[in-house]
Amino acid sequence: MLESEFMRLALGAGAVVGVLAPAVGFFLVQRRQSLTGDGIGHVAFAGVAAGILLDVAPVLTALVAAILGGIAIELLRSRGGTAGDQALALVFYTGIALGVVLISAAGALNVDLFQYLFGSILTVTRSDFVVIAALGAVGLAVVGLLYRPLAGIVIDEEGARVAGVPIGALNIAVAALAAVTVALSMRVVGILLVAALMVLPVSAAERIAWSMRSTLALAMAIGLCSSLVGLTVSYYADLPPGGTIVLVAAGAYAVCSIVGSVRGR
Amino acid sequence: MPLAVELESVSFGYRPGQRVLEGVDLKLGEGEFVAVAGPNGGGKTTLVRILLGLERPSEGRALLYGEPAHRFSRRRTLGYLAQRSELGGDAPATVREVVSAGRLAAGGLIGPLRRRDRELAAEAIARVGLEEYADLPVRTLSGGMQQRAFIAKALAGEPSLLVLDEPTTGVDVESQDSLAALLDGLHSDLGVTIVYVSHEFGAVERFVQRLVLVRRSIVFDGPPSDLPGVWHDPSHVHA
Ligand SMILES: Nc1ncnc2c1ncn2[C@@H]1O[C@H](COP(=O)(O)OP(=O)(O)OP(=O)(O)O)[C@@H](O)[C@H]1O
Ligand SMILES: [Mg+2]
Repeated sequence: MLESEFMRLALGAGAVVGVLAPAVGFFLVQRRQSLTGDGIGHVAFAGVAAGILLDVAPVLTALVAAILGGIAIELLRSRGGTAGDQALALVFYTGIALGVVLISAAGALNVDLFQYLFGSILTVTRSDFVVIAALGAVGLAVVGLLYRPLAGIVIDEEGARVAGVPIGALNIAVAALAAVTVALSMRVVGILLVAALMVLPVSAAERIAWSMRSTLALAMAIGLCSSLVGLTVSYYADLPPGGTIVLVAAGAYAVCSIVGSVRGR
Repeated sequence: MPLAVELESVSFGYRPGQRVLEGVDLKLGEGEFVAVAGPNGGGKTTLVRILLGLERPSEGRALLYGEPAHRFSRRRTLGYLAQRSELGGDAPATVREVVSAGRLAAGGLIGPLRRRDRELAAEAIARVGLEEYADLPVRTLSGGMQQRAFIAKALAGEPSLLVLDEPTTGVDVESQDSLAALLDGLHSDLGVTIVYVSHEFGAVERFVQRLVLVRRSIVFDGPPSDLPGVWHDPSHVHA
């Protein structure tokens, strides 16, 4: 498996995304915003469509759209008070509808699109990998740098707000991180499954972790393993990589749930 | 005495036309220890949220140390324990992680915790008697112990104005008394200004110099000993 360059690149990209997606997803899950990743993915779909229509690299237009969508979701959520899920629904559906309209305008309801929806990790090139690794490293560094304030908001948002922690700016930072993660993960698991990689490893880790820090660390480890195991299985069993990775993550969740409940007794 | 808090004819409603507070005037000096009591729905939580600049008055003005409360520039000196604080989500944060989050604003946002921050967190944990539980997830503790963890979080920031909204919900009598004594110590030794919201002010009654009863407006403001007998049980305030 490792003799082939495409597989080495795939494993490299999968490893980066496998670690980054749960690290960012952690803060969304803890604040019960698990679906934000999905919302951003839907907007990224419109971005891909725009890229195909304008003949610009779809990953770039998807990144731009994802960042705009992530910030829009965050602003609608923080201004709208309780209507967070409706804000999300608005962005969700606008994104998909716009994507469909743009795609058919480009006359490109074809294989290209399929790759973005379901991932195409086996076509990752050297330069793709460099971009994924570089942006992934930046994303992880930002998570590391902002870990304490972000965890502080999860623990007690009002207390943090009173003490002058810049909640609004930090929330925007999380939205931007989520957008970058979505754009990078698109190649690996596809738009439709991006959010799964942000959420499932975190849920799995929560079942067996003993602190917040350990939850984050375990989630990253589970994400990494899911990615590598999923790719390996898909290589030998000739299965679609994106779906296989997410199924492995779902399996990890099941195992962790069982371990957690056995230990809890 | 310089003023920590100043509310001037403050009225407030969450919706247009609603009047949760009406014509509230309140001045709290630096170093005062004040209990705020009143019936459920009387507006206690709303009052402290305005005082801290989390809500802006519909009419009148709210000042913190002379500055408009919503634009107060020295927020790291404020400590707030919201009513029924609870962990966002199911984060399995330990007591130590919760309390350390209280050092966030004072200790610097970026990078790892410094040694001094860890020491202050450990000290605050000891003060509320949770040393044995420090490294257990908060969600595995009883409700009263969780509340004590959040009290420790508020203490860890070494605030000069500390606002506690119903800190003793679910806390047993013994711990209520030790919290009251702890707050009295903070107040008299360190000069911390304390606003203690509760509808049962029994535990702090012997320590506070001043009791404020809120029922849409301020219906009593003075030493607890001046409180008319019928009001002594604040659930009678609506009578
Ligand atoms: N977010 C809100 N939106 C609309 N109305 C609210 C909101 N919060 C409080 N109220 C209303 O404002 C009034 C005062 O509420 P507040 O929470 O300030 O009272 P309280 O004295 O703290 O009560 P308790 O003893 O139950 O904590 C109540 O009638 C309540 O219904
Ligand atoms: Mg209240």
